[in-house]
Amino acid sequence: MKGEDIKDNEVYQILEKIDDNTWNVPVTYKSTMNVPGRIFVSSELMKDLEKETLDQMANVASLPGIQKFSMAMPDAHLGYGFPIGGVAAFDKDEGVISPGGVGFDINCGVRLLRTNLQIEDTRPYINQLVNNLFNKIPSGLGSKSGLKVSDAELDDVFVHGAQWAVDNGYGVKADVEHCEGNGLIEGAEPSQVSKEARKRGRPQLGTLGSGNHFLEVQYVDKIYDEYIASDFGLEEGQVTVSIHCGSRGAGHQICSDHLRELTQAVKKYGIQLPDKQLACAPANSREAQNYFKAMACAANYAWANRQVINHWTREVFENIFGKDIDMNLVYDVAHNVAKFEEHTINGEKKQVYVHRKGATRAFPPEHPELSDDYQQSGQPVLIPGSMGTPSFVLHGTKDSMDISFGSACHGSGRLMSRKHAKKELSGEEIQKELASKGITVKVANPRMISEEAPEAYKSSSEVVDVVHDVGIARKVARLSPVGVIKG
Amino acid sequence: MSSHGTEKFEFLEHTADAQFRAYGNTLEEAFENAALAMFNVMVDTDSVSDSVSESINIESPDLDILLVDWLSELLYLSDVNHSVYSTFNVESIKEQDGRYFLSAQIYGETLNLDKHEIDTEVKAVTYNQLEVRKLSNGWMLQVVVDI
Repeated sequence: MKGEDIKDNEVYQILEKIDDNTWNVPVTYKSTMNVPGRIFVSSELMKDLEKETLDQMANVASLPGIQKFSMAMPDAHLGYGFPIGGVAAFDKDEGVISPGGVGFDINCGVRLLRTNLQIEDTRPYINQLVNNLFNKIPSGLGSKSGLKVSDAELDDVFVHGAQWAVDNGYGVKADVEHCEGNGLIEGAEPSQVSKEARKRGRPQLGTLGSGNHFLEVQYVDKIYDEYIASDFGLEEGQVTVSIHCGSRGAGHQICSDHLRELTQAVKKYGIQLPDKQLACAPANSREAQNYFKAMACAANYAWANRQVINHWTREVFENIFGKDIDMNLVYDVAHNVAKFEEHTINGEKKQVYVHRKGATRAFPPEHPELSDDYQQSGQPVLIPGSMGTPSFVLHGTKDSMDISFGSACHGSGRLMSRKHAKKELSGEEIQKELASKGITVKVANPRMISEEAPEAYKSSSEVVDVVHDVGIARKVARLSPVGVIKG
Repeated sequence: MSSHGTEKFEFLEHTADAQFRAYGNTLEEAFENAALAMFNVMVDTDSVSDSVSESINIESPDLDILLVDWLSELLYLSDVNHSVYSTFNVESIKEQDGRYFLSAQIYGETLNLDKHEIDTEVKAVTYNQLEVRKLSNGWMLQVVVDI
């Protein structure tokens, strides 16, 4: 796949250059396309871009009511249905809602906590920290939460999201204010959640899960923008924690249940699909709205999940370092979600369902959805690196609303299949290599290490540089890992 | 395209997810092998005994959805029972008045991290590149699962 020259890659023959980092999939690429595709990618990242990713962008561009472009972020790669890294907005009346545009792990997302600890003072405690976090926060396949919720409590989780956790003693009010949308999508209706999804959801609230999900202890190793960094409470040398996880089995089941309904709705509404995974229904139809109500439940569950894990993380830190460590939430963003938003399209204000599948919301300064303290800076945009590589904090810009429906990338993007990564890279070697870089890794399943090795991913700094240069979010700080726990 | 011969299933290369093809002389056998392939993404099924069992009955509007429903039901049972499964006995797949019915008995074991070689969690079964194809000498099923 990896070509030496950009022109060797067949995608170069398909794409139309707009500028160095902006390329179009022409609307003529497939006869079914309603709008062109648009991908933000550097020539370096283009070398690893798969033609199938463009095909998937073209498929999304063929759905009814899509606005402006079927977009893909620089970390885009082949997904199922929609590409991973895809952003698409659909008109609320003429458009559709598609579970495939969100994915199975509804509201998979990331939150960033800061402390007033300095890395030099913390290093001697990293092993202890990582061990205690690993023991406190259930991770891995089949892990069970220490938290037991009843069916009635689960309803409250579905409806109230992060606020439920805070109301039940897991965190403080400021945590909720520093979540995207206050840790809530409105309109959640637990009646649209099956008993199977409930049964999976009840024992898993407060678990990290497996796969690429992680909890990472980091420090700020570089500041790009002093002014905005101080708005976010970030400074060089400071210890931070990132938590990356989603809605667990509840979300997977909710997506599966409604996807099945929508494969039938497609026939009812006579929608032509190039791929069944794009199953969708008119946005205002009963089927699509039922999915949206259930998706909101899963999204809210995920916010409550990250909030509970946030609380336990705080407890572990405070047990070692005491209560005065100012462990505050910088922000929490979703990167697999569909949201009802207002955007200006061709000079006209329009209400749309923005699907972000492996893409982060990146709202500009003065946006009414942001809390007071981020009105000047714009939204913190959190971009986790792959295991052992830096994460980035960016801030939303005015341009992002125009360019990308207020969206940016979500991570580094896979390069190597998991199967291939396992063959190429031994878990032990990777763990040793990370240890030599001062990174302690504690993992429920050692085989996961090779699957999620840094080499299996695109470079996160390259991805973030494209986002920065295009201007859809601007770099604020870089975070370097020192301890990782994984499923 | 490879013919199945004695091969129960094979994995294909996929950047983000796991894609496999399962084969069988009968549709029932192909469904059994698809289940085996999916659980092999999660665990070395040779390390899983037959100590717990579940009965499964599914009704679906077409064969494609029956395949997704079958595998999704297995994931659901695995998740809520904290179990992994390794033996699949699909007793029958029948069509009646345009609907498809499957009945099966499955066997496995409660998840034991000391005993089972755990690999990757399968999140869900997708409809992406889904195929149920009749071959001259049996059936081929193609599935992408989200991991």
